[in-house]
Amino acid sequence: MYVAVKGGERAIENAHRMLAETRRGDPATPELATTQLVEQLTLAVDRVMGEGSLYDRDLAALAIKQSRGDLIEAAFLLRAYRTTLARFGAAEPVDTNAMRVVRRISSTFKDVPGGQVLGPTFDYTHRLLDFSLAAAGTRPEAPVSTTPLAGKLPRIGELLEREGLIEPVVPDAGDAPVGDLTRESIDFPADRDVRLQNLARGDEGFLLALGYSTQRGYGRNHPFCGELRVGRVALEYVPEELGFAIELGDVDLTECQMINQFKGSAEQPPQFTRGYGLVFGHAERKAMAMALVDRALRAQELGETVVAPAQDQEFVLYHSDSVQATGFVEHLKLPHYVDFQSELVLVRGMRVECGQVQAEAAE
Amino acid sequence: MSDRQTKRAPTALADRQAWLGTLARAPAAALAEAWAGLNPKPGYRCVRGPETGLIMVRGRAGGTGQRFNVGEATVTRCTVALDDGLTGTSYALGRDRERALYAALFDALLQDPARRTVIERDLLDPVRGALVAKESATARKAAATRVDFFTVAREGSE
Repeated sequence: MYVAVKGGERAIENAHRMLAETRRGDPATPELATTQLVEQLTLAVDRVMGEGSLYDRDLAALAIKQSRGDLIEAAFLLRAYRTTLARFGAAEPVDTNAMRVVRRISSTFKDVPGGQVLGPTFDYTHRLLDFSLAAAGTRPEAPVSTTPLAGKLPRIGELLEREGLIEPVVPDAGDAPVGDLTRESIDFPADRDVRLQNLARGDEGFLLALGYSTQRGYGRNHPFCGELRVGRVALEYVPEELGFAIELGDVDLTECQMINQFKGSAEQPPQFTRGYGLVFGHAERKAMAMALVDRALRAQELGETVVAPAQDQEFVLYHSDSVQATGFVEHLKLPHYVDFQSELVLVRGMRVECGQVQAEAAE
Repeated sequence: MSDRQTKRAPTALADRQAWLGTLARAPAAALAEAWAGLNPKPGYRCVRGPETGLIMVRGRAGGTGQRFNVGEATVTRCTVALDDGLTGTSYALGRDRERALYAALFDALLQDPARRTVIERDLLDPVRGALVAKESATARKAAATRVDFFTVAREGSE
């Protein structure tokens, strides 16, 4: 017999109102403006844009406010929002070579052309709590150099390419289709375009742990941070009705070029290989982790034995998405009353059977 | 309309690309102010939009290799037709529809050589100036964080 159970409407309605009140906190404290989040919690906003796979600072800030600072919930809100909009098309690939950097470092070449530009970084801070920030009213000003940075900074890879010490980067045929996991489900083995898209929107914590695992020996590939750059690039698009490229504005991106060791194979001499990370906003940890995992996922292509989780395409690509993961884990909170009843009946039955067998054995 | 068309000088593509890029980055207030300053204002109708949608942002593996999708961005576009026959189009990141409308109107007006000089002077030049100044300030602050290495001579070395 199937019994439909209804109820809980009022409880749900009241729970949502309680959520709203709790979200607001003490009314004596001024309400948070989303512009404050955009300006002062920039890295949280950037992370939500990246994992929400939607570049829109205002919406990401709104999502963070709505989710009470739960960044995975905020990414979920952006993913849901994007499904309400039509896609006009795809932009031209961004030219990160022309990035107007605020930060650019290489840990492989000290005297990299263009220099080591530290930018707004936590590196070299002492990680001591700064109690002066607890008081309002600070207006720090950054020093200004009289000489600006060089317009285009060369890529680190270019330096090694000249000597053939690193694998070449092969551009694709301009008209080749680009895999899109928001339109087609992933086929295995997945091409690098689909893998990179998956990683670009993947959970930072998951990718960080996987990247870390490769460093600790689970699929070791001896990484160096060849280059990390953070800055602004123009976004170009060719509207069909115009027939020529126009700029839609600028987006902030973080790019990481990881340089890894490679022993060589029957076909290829020993040379360095690459892992690549490109993420919305200022997201260094994520871009670096992405580059480590991208390189690890190239194991098969480079003739390496797949032995570690980070090298396993299905394991990585099926579990990297925080929205999918949270959906499946958190659905366990929903009523499973009937499921559980059937399990209960089953276990009771098994215990009775088991008891009978034991009783018989004792006789 | 045909009168206007014959009078119109062929607009160089590069010019239009440049002003569309500037209009896409112009602050909404600057566009609204410039529109308010127009006298007389042209009649127009919206052919499409203003409407908000998505553009897929793409990168290349290794910076120059295989293309891949990074994620989408919100974009708002608009196409207008002026009563005198010129049409204007705008595309810009974000969700500001009013801004998209003004940008499309100015794209149409800028194709009219008789109006272009004034709009260049009153709208585009100040906007470009502000954008360049802001960028330059950021670049100079970043430049101040560039590391100057110096070598410390080892003790006992010559």
